[in-house]
Amino acid sequence: MIAVYVIIGIVVISIFMLIVTYNGLVGFRNQVRNAWAQIDVQLKRRYDLIPNLVETVRGYMSHERETLEAVTNARNLAQQISSAGAGERGKAEGELSSALSRLLAVAENYPDLKANQNFLALQEELTSTENKISFSRQYYNDSVLRYNNKTQQFPSNVIAGMFRFQPDEFFEVAAAEEREAPKVSFA
Amino acid sequence: MWEQIRSNQIRSVILVIAMGILLLAIGFAIGFYFFENAVGGLILAIIVWGILNLIAFFQGDNILLAISRARKIKPEDHPRLYNVVEEMKIASGLEKMPDVYIIDDPALNAFATGRNPDRAAVAITSGLLQKLNRDELQGVIAHEIAHIKNRDVLLMALCSVLLGTIVILAFFASRFLIFGAVTGGTGRSRRSSSQGGGQAQIIIMLVGLALMILAPIAAQLIYFAISRKREYLADASSALYTRYPEGLASALEKLGNSTVQLQSANQATAPMYITNPFRQKGMKASDLSSTHPPLSERIRILRAMAGGAALTDYDQAYRQVHAGGKGVITAGAMGAVGAVGLRSAEPEAVTKEPEAEHIERSREVSDLMLRMNKYRTIPCDCGTKLKLPPTYKDSTIKCPHCGRINHV
Repeated sequence: MIAVYVIIGIVVISIFMLIVTYNGLVGFRNQVRNAWAQIDVQLKRRYDLIPNLVETVRGYMSHERETLEAVTNARNLAQQISSAGAGERGKAEGELSSALSRLLAVAENYPDLKANQNFLALQEELTSTENKISFSRQYYNDSVLRYNNKTQQFPSNVIAGMFRFQPDEFFEVAAAEEREAPKVSFA
Repeated sequence: MWEQIRSNQIRSVILVIAMGILLLAIGFAIGFYFFENAVGGLILAIIVWGILNLIAFFQGDNILLAISRARKIKPEDHPRLYNVVEEMKIASGLEKMPDVYIIDDPALNAFATGRNPDRAAVAITSGLLQKLNRDELQGVIAHEIAHIKNRDVLLMALCSVLLGTIVILAFFASRFLIFGAVTGGTGRSRRSSSQGGGQAQIIIMLVGLALMILAPIAAQLIYFAISRKREYLADASSALYTRYPEGLASALEKLGNSTVQLQSANQATAPMYITNPFRQKGMKASDLSSTHPPLSERIRILRAMAGGAALTDYDQAYRQVHAGGKGVITAGAMGAVGAVGLRSAEPEAVTKEPEAEHIERSREVSDLMLRMNKYRTIPCDCGTKLKLPPTYKDSTIKCPHCGRINHV
């Protein structure tokens, strides 16, 4: 009789554990997805800002055609593959970031441009968008780390395996030099 | 999100319970002393506490914002401030953008309010907004967002209501006591009627009396203890969100150098602010009667975070500053986020001439305040911006720089 109760007890407890762990995993996975959506919003915002920036800047820096084109191309490329996974996308976005920071570094040499109100407003928006991208990336990566830990650590990995919870990819920018936010600065 | 919130919550809950017991004790004492019925006193205490709680829960944030004369701003009023708040909202993983308020006051301070993360607000004085560069502003806003994220706002609101109830009850009880003693009222007549009760009753009464005097003081000390603990955690979270502890450290330094006191703060709202609005110079770390840890100590801890920006690093820095002491962040919580790197300063902070930048910021903020006060701006051909108060009625105005007549 006691043995039956013990067995029932074990079964009840393990079902309970299963439910809790499963729900925990779903929660973490949704957090990762939500964090990814946050990055996406900011990246899209950057795609929208760049044409404006290029338009504003074009009149002032006509001999910098190459730099401007590099930014436009990088933007278009990044937008094209915007449905890809975190790894591939990180590379394209990294390139866009560095092209953008080159453009903004060059803009340093044009005092007229720095007096343009429109440009100043764009600059603030762009600085902030760059920051938002890196902060949402930071939050995304933290979420991925926690989710991946859960899917790989015992005992939650057993349940993760049963229900096919795959570890997620980190969002890394392309090269080491782009690990910092681009230097958007106009003294 | 980060697990330390939960484990820290437990410690705070213990302190809150201690305050609750104090409240019940004082209710008991009042009931026993005045109504010859301890339960009646208990019920009275609970009713007063309940009413105050309801007010604080539903209207607390509005009351706080109203008494500090804070005004809500829109994104276009001050894009930089709004952007920084949004950046920190993203970094902390907060779901809803908090409202942003400005307090027109030259003092340097900021606070957060709102009963839950979905209904939160961040307020900053115009003086502080003027003084801080982008990195420092980020540190301060991150500290405030951390208060929201860690649910300190609700906790502190509940605590201050508890404290308030204890103070109110003790205040009226002591007045009645004095009044009763002078006129030979209830207190004394009761005592004579229960003469036969013997010594035990007198002792209980004396204990009750002592309680009425000591409870408000004890409650205040507990309140301050909770508040200080939450400040350290908010500093640690700020470093974690921004990955740049130096930003908050140098902002705190600027706050420390200022001597202007905030006009609209009072003792009850003090723990809401980033630094104690009633701070005196040279306060010691062990000072029990302070809502905030001393600034110099907070700065030292932040600057000692050489290894990284995780909560573990803050804890380590704390230990380093308090040689051999116990950490501030519970052990179980710290493994939550792994190694966290620091980032370098915003280029703006390095390249811009501090003087020019400061003037620019001051102008930005004063323009904002004028706009909020419904001033009109008229650009003159010489490049001056003329700012007219809403009471200005003439149709033309002469530019004070070049003498041109401008039409309003």
